[in-house]
Amino acid sequence: MTQLDENRSGRTTVVGGVRRSGSSVSRNERVREVVAVTVTVLIIVGVWELLTAVLGVAPVVLRSPQQIFGEFATDPMLYLTHAWTTCYEILIGFAIATVLGVALAVVVVSSRLLQITIYPILLVLQIVPKVAVAPLLIVFLGFGVLPKVVIGVLLAFFPILVNTAIGLRSADREIIDLVRVLNGSRLQEFVHVRFPNAMPFAFGGLKLGMTLAVIGAIIGEFVGANKGLGFILIQANTQVNTDQAYAALIILSAIGLVLYGAVAWLESLLLPWAREVKEQGIP
Amino acid sequence: MRVGAYNADQVDSRDSAQRAQKPDIRLQHVSKRFRTESGIVPAVEDVTFELSDREFLCIVGPSGCGKTTILKAIAGLVPVSAGEITVFGRTVTGPYPDVGMVFQNPVLLKWRTILGNVLFPIDILRGGRKKAKGFAQELLELVGLSGFEGRYPHELSGGMQQRAAIARALVHDPRLLLMDEPFGALDQITREAMNMELMRIWMETGKTTILITHSIEEAVFLADRVIVMTPRPGRISGLVRVDLERPRAASVRLTPAFNELKGQVDQLVRGGMLESRRSEDVEDADSGGSS
Repeated sequence: MTQLDENRSGRTTVVGGVRRSGSSVSRNERVREVVAVTVTVLIIVGVWELLTAVLGVAPVVLRSPQQIFGEFATDPMLYLTHAWTTCYEILIGFAIATVLGVALAVVVVSSRLLQITIYPILLVLQIVPKVAVAPLLIVFLGFGVLPKVVIGVLLAFFPILVNTAIGLRSADREIIDLVRVLNGSRLQEFVHVRFPNAMPFAFGGLKLGMTLAVIGAIIGEFVGANKGLGFILIQANTQVNTDQAYAALIILSAIGLVLYGAVAWLESLLLPWAREVKEQGIP
Repeated sequence: MRVGAYNADQVDSRDSAQRAQKPDIRLQHVSKRFRTESGIVPAVEDVTFELSDREFLCIVGPSGCGKTTILKAIAGLVPVSAGEITVFGRTVTGPYPDVGMVFQNPVLLKWRTILGNVLFPIDILRGGRKKAKGFAQELLELVGLSGFEGRYPHELSGGMQQRAAIARALVHDPRLLLMDEPFGALDQITREAMNMELMRIWMETGKTTILITHSIEEAVFLADRVIVMTPRPGRISGLVRVDLERPRAASVRLTPAFNELKGQVDQLVRGGMLESRRSEDVEDADSGGSS
């Protein structure tokens, strides 16, 4: 019990001059958190179910969780295959956006000239409304996976780029001086200092980028597709098939959540040291 | 620090005659001007001093007197506008690795353990971690951090982080140690403890050391000589030789001799023109006193 109390009352407890980090949440605490989240979700689903029964809203507008699950259960393979298509588009878009965002961040940070020439172009790309460009991309690139990936990349790369660039720049001046005193190369400066320093920032961008990659894929599917959950959603809308629309929407949300969680999990796995830093106020 | 068996050799070899023969570091009429939007600002003007082997020099002065600029210039990080800096017989034209640096903040790498941080210079110098590891362990013991090798910086207090930074500065065995207000961010009690630690470390390692500080007391306690600088532009206003016997105990701060020296430095800091013991290598400083 004292162990628990120590963790809760301020994460740093000075023991003989050493701050004991409380970032490792105890097992009991973890279980309690999981239970709390599960209960919350169950309550929401329960209230939803109850309200649809009590309020008597038109079935076209509101469906109960039970009915939605029923719709899913009638043809799970339909949903799963389309979900896979969407996942595929999201992941490829996200992967390309990550590589592009990080690479461009390095370019922008390492050269002032490249910064003032490339950055305005990137900014314009960011400002152009992607939803408006989407139909054009379908015309250019066809009905396949490609335009969805491109829209996802266009949406997702910018926050990754900006956050990574901020992280690369925010390395302590003194540490860079230290590298210079030791006659370290520019490459060493990046490998040993700037990259690791940028990681927590970059992950902030990656989490944002992942949610945007999901949106990008859906925009692409809305505008023109014959596969994917976005396509299912549009089809359901035109047929006024509310059950199907809800089912697609919920699966889509679940995909977004899981992918976001995967990035967050990867972050905590790769950067155990960053948890404490973040608690101290650095994003 | 009365138990001085381990440093007897160092003390013996530190007679002033030997010092005068081998100036390690020589600054001759060094000036540094910065170009800013409002024109050219002189940061340091006509600074001349020498430092001999294994000497501990403190530079004291208010903010804006160019102390940090001088330190960076000695490290080769900042080119001088005029004059010449010679270190170990070579003119400084750029950075060179025979320098250990300690800054006001520990600036440890958050993602490295304490041992990993101490080994950072070795990685940059591609020195082979295996060979250096034993020495790094020894240094951690020297700074009182053995047992904390595997900890991350955020798990240690500010004073302990600064100890690790000192170990990091020593790991590639540089001949020159440059410290820029290393204890400025610490509270008074921790600071005094760290002064004792640094004194011990310096006596054991025998590095030629330049330490910048705002604290007159810290300067007098640590230094062989104290250089006082006045701001805008940064000039040397005087020099005080501290001939307190080493090893110095914490209680030396209470002696009349110590307070006498403190008073001298204080006068110089305040721009007083009162007599102070100036060494021959700062004769130019007389004309560059207070305005």
